[in-house]
Amino acid sequence: VTLSEGARAGTGRELGMLDSLLSLGGLVLLRDSVEWEGRSLLKALIKKSALCGEQVHILGCEVSEEEFREGFDSDINNRLVYHDFFRDPLNWSKTEEALPGGPLGALRAICKRTDPGPVTIALDSLSWLLLHLPCTTLCQALHAVSHQDSCPGDSSPVGKVSVLGLLHEELHGPGPVGALSSLAQTEVTLGGTKGQASAHILCRRPRQRPTDQTQWFSILPDFSLDLQEGPSVESQPCSDPHIPPVSKNARARTRKCSLGSGQRGEHKSCRGWGWGQGF
Amino acid sequence: MFVELNNLLNTTPDRAEQGKLTLLCDAKTDGSFLVHHFLSFYLKANCKVCFVALFQSFSHYNIVGQKLGVNLTVARERGQLVFLEGLKSAVDVFFQTQEEPHPLQFLREANAGNLKPLFEFVREALKPVDGGEARWTYPVLLVDDLSVLLSLGVCWELKGNMVILVHDSGDVEDEENDILLNGVSHQSHLILRAEGLATGFCRDVHGQLRILWRRPSQPTAQRDQSLTYQYKIQDKSVSFFAKGMSPAVL
Repeated sequence: VTLSEGARAGTGRELGMLDSLLSLGGLVLLRDSVEWEGRSLLKALIKKSALCGEQVHILGCEVSEEEFREGFDSDINNRLVYHDFFRDPLNWSKTEEALPGGPLGALRAICKRTDPGPVTIALDSLSWLLLHLPCTTLCQALHAVSHQDSCPGDSSPVGKVSVLGLLHEELHGPGPVGALSSLAQTEVTLGGTKGQASAHILCRRPRQRPTDQTQWFSILPDFSLDLQEGPSVESQPCSDPHIPPVSKNARARTRKCSLGSGQRGEHKSCRGWGWGQGF
Repeated sequence: MFVELNNLLNTTPDRAEQGKLTLLCDAKTDGSFLVHHFLSFYLKANCKVCFVALFQSFSHYNIVGQKLGVNLTVARERGQLVFLEGLKSAVDVFFQTQEEPHPLQFLREANAGNLKPLFEFVREALKPVDGGEARWTYPVLLVDDLSVLLSLGVCWELKGNMVILVHDSGDVEDEENDILLNGVSHQSHLILRAEGLATGFCRDVHGQLRILWRRPSQPTAQRDQSLTYQYKIQDKSVSFFAKGMSPAVL
C-alpha cells in the first residue's frame, strides 16, 4: 500500500481500515456499481493476501481466468487457485469435465482443506451466485465458510478464513442484499466523485460498536492500493449497526428473482446506471 | 462507420481491441445508429461477423450499411457475414416443421434450455475455418437487440468481440429488462448510452451519448473514463459535439 502525500497526514489506524480489511477474517462484502466497479479492489485485496503467504482461492464466474489473472505478476499468479465457473456455465460445450458440485461444491472442498494456514476465498461474483442459487442456500454456505475458524471436536483449529464477495448492487433488491449484509463482518461500498474512487467501510468487530469510515483511494497498475486524502477521512461509531449503507442507486423495494427459477419477480428492481445522480 | 465516433472512442478498424464486450443502450431515443456503426466498423476491420438481427430485416441493415460504405449482400456471399434474420426465421419456427433444432425454436417454448440451438448456431458461425490462411481477423457477435431475448449465454473461447443493444425501458417498469441491462452493464468493457434530451425533441440535437469505459486490463491511477457528448444524426454520418455546443446554436 502506498500513501499519497496528503494521506500521510492521517492517523495510522484511520488510514489502515481499507488496508486491513482481511485482518478480521469472515465475510467482506464489496458492493460496487456499473459506474464504480469493484473488481480492481478485489484484485488488490487478493494480491495483498497472496503476498502475506495466504492460500487464495478464486471462484470465477464472471470473467475468464485469463482476464482475471491479467495484471498480476507470475509470483502472485502462482499462489492463486482459480476455480473456473465462467467458461461453460450451462455445460453446453461438453468439451471439459464440469467442476463437480458447482460453486458450492468448490466452496465445501476448499473448507475441507487439511492445511491449517489462513485462506482467502474470493467470490467473483456474489451477484452471479445470488442469481443462480437460492438466497438461503447461499447464505447458509457463506455462514458455514466464514465461521470456520475453529472446527468443533477438532484438536487442531483451522486457520483464519476470509471471504471476499463482490456484489453488484443494481442487480438485487434490499432483501437479498440485507441478508448478505447481516452475514458480513465488513462492508465496503464503492463510490466516488470527480473521477476519484472512494470506499465507505462499515466494520463490525466482536464486542465493539461498528465503525464506519470513508477512504479515498486508487488502484495502481500493479494492483497495489494507493490511499489518498479526500473530502472526509474520519472514523466514527455507526449510529445504527443494523441498517447497512444504501447505494444511491438502490430503491427501497423488495424483490425476489432468480435466473434459475424461471419466474418473474414479484416486485420492481433497483434501477441502475443512468438513473442515479452519478455520471 | 462514423469517423467522429471512432475518434471519441479512440479506435479504428485497424487497431480495435479484441475480447471486449460493448453494450449499446438507448433510453427515450433510438440508438440503432450505434448498431449500424459497429456493423460497418467490424466488416471494415475484416472481422468474421455473426449478426443476430431480431429487430429489423436484412434489407434495412443493408440499405443503411451501403450509406456507411459496406455491402451486406457481398459480405454474406463471401462468408464474412453470417446473418440470422430473426423476423423471417421466427415465421419458419411457427409455420414450418423443423427437422433440426432451429436457432429460434425457444420462441415456441419457454424453456431456457432451448437457447442452446442459438448458442450452437453462433458458435458454428464464428468458429475458425480449419486449414489454410485465416481470411478474417477475429470473430464478432452483434445482437440487435437483446431486449428481445431475455437471457442468452455465449462462450468467449474465440477471443472475439460482442456488441449488444439493450433498450432501457425508462419509465415503463420492466424488471426483467432491468436485470438484463444491469447484468450486461457489469459485464461490459464499454458502454455507449444514447439518451433523448430531457427537454424533448430538438431539430439540431437528436440526443446525447454517454460513454463509459470499464474493466481496464490494468487499472489507471486517475479515473477519467466517462464522456458525454450530444449528437445529430445526418444522412450518412453522425456529428458529435460538447453539450450546448451544437453548431446550430453557436
